[in-house]
Amino acid sequence: MAGTVLFFLFAGFAIACAVSMVYHRNPLYSAISLIGVFLALAALYLTLAAPFIAITQILVYAGAIMVLVVFVIMLLNLDEDKPLNRLKYLYAVGGGLGLALLAQTFFIFYAVLKTPKAEVDPNMTAGRTMSIGRAMYTEYLLPVEIVGVMLLMAIIGAVILVRKMEQPHLELVSEGEDEKE
Amino acid sequence: METAFKTAFPLIVYSLGIVAAFGGVMMIVAYTVLAERKVLGWIQGRIGPNRVGPWGVLQPFADLLKFILKEDLTPDKSTKFVYFLAPIVALTAAFLPMVVYPFGPPLSDPLGWLVPYLPVIPLGTEPNIVAWIAEQAKNMPLTIARIDIGVLFVLAVTSVGVYGIALAGWSSNNKYSLMGGLRSSAQMISYELAMGASVLGVVMLAGTLDLNGIINAQANSPWYMRWFIIPQFIGFIVFLISAFAETNRVPFDLPEAETELVAGFHTEYSALKFALFFMAEYVNMFTVSVMCVVLFLGGWYVPGLSHIFEVGSIPYALASHAAFLLKIFFFLFLYIWIRGTLPRFRFDQLMAFGWKFLLPVAIGNVIVTTIVVFLMNR
Repeated sequence: MAGTVLFFLFAGFAIACAVSMVYHRNPLYSAISLIGVFLALAALYLTLAAPFIAITQILVYAGAIMVLVVFVIMLLNLDEDKPLNRLKYLYAVGGGLGLALLAQTFFIFYAVLKTPKAEVDPNMTAGRTMSIGRAMYTEYLLPVEIVGVMLLMAIIGAVILVRKMEQPHLELVSEGEDEKE
Repeated sequence: METAFKTAFPLIVYSLGIVAAFGGVMMIVAYTVLAERKVLGWIQGRIGPNRVGPWGVLQPFADLLKFILKEDLTPDKSTKFVYFLAPIVALTAAFLPMVVYPFGPPLSDPLGWLVPYLPVIPLGTEPNIVAWIAEQAKNMPLTIARIDIGVLFVLAVTSVGVYGIALAGWSSNNKYSLMGGLRSSAQMISYELAMGASVLGVVMLAGTLDLNGIINAQANSPWYMRWFIIPQFIGFIVFLISAFAETNRVPFDLPEAETELVAGFHTEYSALKFALFFMAEYVNMFTVSVMCVVLFLGGWYVPGLSHIFEVGSIPYALASHAAFLLKIFFFLFLYIWIRGTLPRFRFDQLMAFGWKFLLPVAIGNVIVTTIVVFLMNR
């Protein structure tokens, strides 16, 4: 009972935030709405007895990635988006994709209704930190390693991109600016 | 009636717990402000506030009244919605970690001794509802929510608090506010990494992310590492330094460096909205003090106390709770003490210190701890 109420509360909040993210012309409002979506999703994970995933969602998406997005928007001081006429065809593409997603959702509903109801195991610990950690370092070790290597590559790439700024001619320009001040 | 009561009972208990914790934390926060002004006064050879009430003890209430009654100015060119949202986000994120604070040890039977003195009230099929409540209260934890990821919860929720400051700086439409907001976000993101890495050592030693579990792990450790500050001294120092940076306190208070930025991100905020930011800062101080105490100083655990009082009894819980608060007060005092002692960093020094010194030290600490824990458990 309480679970159902909470589900509809947070699901409604997530959908409202998602709609407001798409419809706002101001990029900062869109970013704030997206944070709202992430927080609502985290709350939904919590109601599914997966606290670790919920907190990771907040820590990584709401706490780190969106801060960078908000940062960029604030630094560039983006103006409100003007609707572009030459991108009109995107409405058709978006509508088509939306219909496909809707069809998929209905298919999932149909498939879920078809499957026999499984007994809920009260001792299930799938959402617990311990079981996630154990699964990550035994069964799914290879994907974890691959993701780790990819992240390392991304870090090295970022460092190389920053290093480019230290080429001699760029340094001269920045020094000249310093002298002007 | 009976089922309705039994369904609503946990809700009532949680509400009471939240109200009690909120009231307690608010009182401590209010008096931290007074203590800060007093102690800073003594450090600087002044007396400090002493006009409102005897010895100035009513000063926090006078301050609050002033904040409520002052004119609330909103800048004309500000982004209104975000301008109102920012202080709310800051204070909410500051208060949320309260639900996982371990205030004390669990009570085995807190109400059992009271039942004979209370009248017998039958309700539905239950012969005595008072006895039923006492039965429910057995093994009562002094924590509002027992979730097994308390450490992560605190880190995650406090990291959301960055938005309050960043959005406040942006929406005020003021260059000093924007600079303060940007500085603060950059600083908090940078030091969050070192903070998280310094916590990892403790989590590995305890083998759990639950705050009460970490305290129990410390209580059950051999005597030479009864408090995790001993095996994790480097982690403790890194945590303490990044905690100062996370809460924007001296010597890391660049977001509100008044000599350069007027008042930083809250330059344009007045009256109660400013008070919300002010409270959020002090509640955050309290939060990191709690984390310091729980992770490194054994939380409510006092060595040897179980020989004096029976574990689970009310006096044991009270004494443990008092010890918990005393440890927190020590850290709050440390905050004020350092504010009265140290000058402010320069911003590039702050960034270089966080990324080039603190983070490598924290990661090195994690690696060493991993090896030691692996060898110990072999």
